[in-house]
Amino acid sequence: MYLAAVFLPLLGGIIAGLLSFAPVGGDKDRKHRIDRAGQLVTVAGMLLAAVAALFTFIGIVGGGSTNNVEIFTWIDSGSLELSWELRADALAVVMVLMVTVVSSMIHIYSIGYMSHDGSIPRFQSYLSLFSFFMLMLVTSNNLVQLFFGWEGVGLMSYLLIGFWYDRPSANAAAIKAFVVNRVGDFGFALGIFATFLLFDTINFDTIFGLAEQKKDATLNVFSGEFHALTVICLLLFVGAMGKSAQIGLHTWLPDAMEGPTPVSALIHAATMVTAGVFMVARLSPLFEYSDVALTVVTVVGGTTAIFAATIGCVQNDIKRVIAYSTCSQLGYMFFALGVSAYSAGIFHLITHAFFKALLFLGSGSVIHAMSDEQDMRKMGGLYRLIPVTYVMMWIGSLALAGIWPFAGFFSKDIVLEAAWGAHTFVGQYAFWVGILAAFLTAFYSWRLLLMTFHGEPRADEVTMAHVHESPKVMLIPLAVLAIGAIFAGWLGFDWFVGEKTVEFWGNSIFVLESHKALENAHHSPLWVKFLPLVVGILGIALAYLMYMFAPGLPHALASGFQRTHRFLLNKWYFDELYDRIFVKPCFSLGRGFWKAGDGQLIDGVGPDGVAATVLNLARRAGALQSGFLYHYAFAMLLGVAALVSWFLVTGG
Amino acid sequence: MTGFPWLSVVTFAPLVGVAFILLIRGEPDVVARNAKGVALWTSLITFVVSLGLWINFDPTASGFQFEEKVLWMPAFDIAYHLGVDGISLFFVILSTLLTVLCVGASWESVKDRVKEYMIAFLILETLMIGMFSSLDLILFYVFFEGVLIPMFVIIGVWGGPRRNYAAFKFFLYTLTGSVLMLLAILTMAFQAGTTDITKLLTHDFPISLQPWLWLAFFASFAVKVPMWPVHTWLPDAHVEAPTAGSVILAGVLLKFGGYGFLRFSLPMFPVASADFAPFIYGLSVVAIIYTSLVALAQEDMKKLIAYSSVAHMGFVTLGTFTATIQGIEGAVIQMLSHGVVSAALFLVVGVVYDRMHSRDIATYGGLVHRMPVYALVFMIFMLASVGLPGTSGFVGEFLVLVGAFKANSWVAALAATGVILGAAYMLYLYRRVIFGKLTKEDLKSITDLSPREMAVFAPLVLIVIFMGVYPIPFLDAMHVSVENLIERYETAVAAAEQIRLAAR
Repeated sequence: MYLAAVFLPLLGGIIAGLLSFAPVGGDKDRKHRIDRAGQLVTVAGMLLAAVAALFTFIGIVGGGSTNNVEIFTWIDSGSLELSWELRADALAVVMVLMVTVVSSMIHIYSIGYMSHDGSIPRFQSYLSLFSFFMLMLVTSNNLVQLFFGWEGVGLMSYLLIGFWYDRPSANAAAIKAFVVNRVGDFGFALGIFATFLLFDTINFDTIFGLAEQKKDATLNVFSGEFHALTVICLLLFVGAMGKSAQIGLHTWLPDAMEGPTPVSALIHAATMVTAGVFMVARLSPLFEYSDVALTVVTVVGGTTAIFAATIGCVQNDIKRVIAYSTCSQLGYMFFALGVSAYSAGIFHLITHAFFKALLFLGSGSVIHAMSDEQDMRKMGGLYRLIPVTYVMMWIGSLALAGIWPFAGFFSKDIVLEAAWGAHTFVGQYAFWVGILAAFLTAFYSWRLLLMTFHGEPRADEVTMAHVHESPKVMLIPLAVLAIGAIFAGWLGFDWFVGEKTVEFWGNSIFVLESHKALENAHHSPLWVKFLPLVVGILGIALAYLMYMFAPGLPHALASGFQRTHRFLLNKWYFDELYDRIFVKPCFSLGRGFWKAGDGQLIDGVGPDGVAATVLNLARRAGALQSGFLYHYAFAMLLGVAALVSWFLVTGG
Repeated sequence: MTGFPWLSVVTFAPLVGVAFILLIRGEPDVVARNAKGVALWTSLITFVVSLGLWINFDPTASGFQFEEKVLWMPAFDIAYHLGVDGISLFFVILSTLLTVLCVGASWESVKDRVKEYMIAFLILETLMIGMFSSLDLILFYVFFEGVLIPMFVIIGVWGGPRRNYAAFKFFLYTLTGSVLMLLAILTMAFQAGTTDITKLLTHDFPISLQPWLWLAFFASFAVKVPMWPVHTWLPDAHVEAPTAGSVILAGVLLKFGGYGFLRFSLPMFPVASADFAPFIYGLSVVAIIYTSLVALAQEDMKKLIAYSSVAHMGFVTLGTFTATIQGIEGAVIQMLSHGVVSAALFLVVGVVYDRMHSRDIATYGGLVHRMPVYALVFMIFMLASVGLPGTSGFVGEFLVLVGAFKANSWVAALAATGVILGAAYMLYLYRRVIFGKLTKEDLKSITDLSPREMAVFAPLVLIVIFMGVYPIPFLDAMHVSVENLIERYETAVAAAEQIRLAAR
């Protein structure tokens, strides 16, 4: 059952991939049939996988025994031994269920969204393969299979972002996503090596068993002796930062919106970007023993939450607003992990997957209606024309803003309360930036709603005349996700973070006795419980004020605080900075090494230099052969004189 | 399987083919067709027989297998002595496999002197297999140097416009190193009284002599690998060589150096190896970073891949001298993987070169529109080259870095940056060649892979994925040999340490 959940998407993806090579030869019917087959096989694969995942999930929740599935040995070298293996514990199964369900919906939605595209089987194949890699990632039972899934989703996101490969911007964004992720993976890889050095294995069961024993161990690396688990956790966390687009390594995420919208939903909302969060939760038995690492996670998470929220407030591309929102919400998840409230972080991950996928797909529906327009400044007044989408976007936004009783309310509240409940300085920091970010979140969500759906239509007449509600095949997945966005929080609360949390998670998440953030969260004062909701409502109110009742205000603010506005609009200038300090120097260094190092220095002194010298010598030697006898005789005499002197001096 | 001379058969079967080709007479095109046919069949049969080596190989036995020994100059204990262990076995198979593919890849692209071309490749095959399976220093040297001649001819006769410069550069570089190695071989023969490699492997060379012998061998192997800064012959040789020449050069010839380090430097001069290890780390890390950056700036496809080869071979030298199980096994896997992947990448370039006669990246763009299968094949090898998990490239690099991290974490960290740069230059190349709009007029009628070309790529694709997902058969076969090697190395180093302490 579990195997089927993971490998059916692979099968579907491969078949659809092969179909994309089927020769069409201009035959429209044939092409149509092939497209249909590609859609059918991938959607069927994903749906069956989701069903299989559901059964496995029920088995786990019902307290059934969980057996890991070993497939076969992958690498065996000395003491390094690891297998392809599917781990079946609560954490893994919850993720599998979420990934398969959300991915199924996105597969179905894509049938409608991509209906005019020329490469349907290829697209569906990418989606399925992406899901497969994500499933391998969440079910891994060792660090290297985790890395396999990790890089695999990176590859698929590269292909999906660059799906429309005729566009230079899409290609650039795809490469950027892959390379920035590789920077994170660099840290991840070093973390794996350090783990192996410390534990002599990279299998989760053994590592987790030994963690307590090694809690005071030190590791002699990088010219110093450091607390071993801190080094390992920090290195691995660099990987998590890359994949989950945390501040510093976030630059690829907004650009990745170049891909088709279902891709944005699948990769950038529901699954791939949450891999980092999953990884930290999975490695909770290691992170728990390193206060430094946990502190770093909290600070990075909190900072990203507020940083991305500020940028989200001024962006005009509808998908980019949601992308920055994702970035910010991931920050929330991370600081929840940082205060040892792993289950709260995962809870927010799951609810977020539903409402963020809903928002992305909803915005896709808008873009579809607007004939591929993404700039919100050219939208407006759409709510009568696409009412279903409008309602869906409202549901998603309410969930995102954390309004009762939508999913986000439950998960965001517990995250913030846990930060408060940590009773630490960084916990307080995370709490207050989280509150501020919650305010901004509500503000930019309603800014998006109001700019898109209300006010005077700002698009030209041709576009407006063409506006239409999306087909059912796109609306039904939206409805399913909306159900999740409404009920997931309310349904999941007790299991994930409430009374049943201990039996639900079993031993898949480990928290030290002394880390009581989650417990304290349930006993936090009333104002802590209500503050997020209050600031959320205030944020909504501000958005109404600025974009409905006083439409001159945003412009006045932007020109009043020109510098701040430009700073935010340019995304804190991260791209420019990186271009200046990394990208350009690399290219010029490369050219320099090539022309000066290889060309002039090595070849100049080496082979070419030697050749030139030999030629030169030969020419001189040639000049010596003058043909006059007395020249030769003179040379011989000189030689004899030299030899005689030599013997005289050395006394030989 | 004793008795049947497997190794001699594999080694000299190609020469039988050469004899048949020499007998072919008639019209030029008939000669060409028959020569190709004979070469293909010969190399295929050789390949199949070499697979028999693997099937009959006993991975649990230590020492060499399929040994054959006939005394040649008894007075100096010089013999015709062949045998393989878990390390050399795969290089023999790599050589036979790539020769088949080279013949297949040259089927249409080589038009003149086809007969001589095929002869050169078959002779080259014999010499390569002989090199990997000789167990006698003198015999080894003969094969090792002999390889230069057909390769020189292949570049010099069937090469591009600057083929003379490239061929001579190649020859001079490699010969300079070899002269020093010959001196070392003679010294070793006099010192140990034998040239039998199996005996030399257990002979303790004086610690004072080891650094000199090590350096002499290093001079030769470093050029072959090639290590920075003696790598500059490689881009020129690759650019000028015909496609199949590049395939053999990158696929097999570069492995001579790495194999040499494993067969000679590490086990025979263990103390010197340990002393020089930091030096090798330094050069390897420089090679990885420097050539990756240079690759980023290339405008010629073949040059780019040539530079990436130098970077990938940097992992090999790094892993070898960590003298850890993971490092060495990783180095061997990396060599095999690089043998397949870089060979495949040169074939990939060859495909479009045959059609457009240009290696300039700027000539291309948007090929995916006309050549989807080609784009897929290119993608797979590109991913293997950047070391994506699930491809052969990952297993090698990963194991090497695990070993390196044990030895020195800074070295591992610096080498790992090559993984980032590798992704950058390969994706950048792929984007410029494959993606984008198809706007160039002359590309609008370019054709996708022919069935013959697909047949050449199919086995390579399978191997790359198989080795990535299930490298166990390869690793299992080399465990015993690698463990022996490390045991010997560690004992010797520990003993030398004792002596040094006592002397203090």
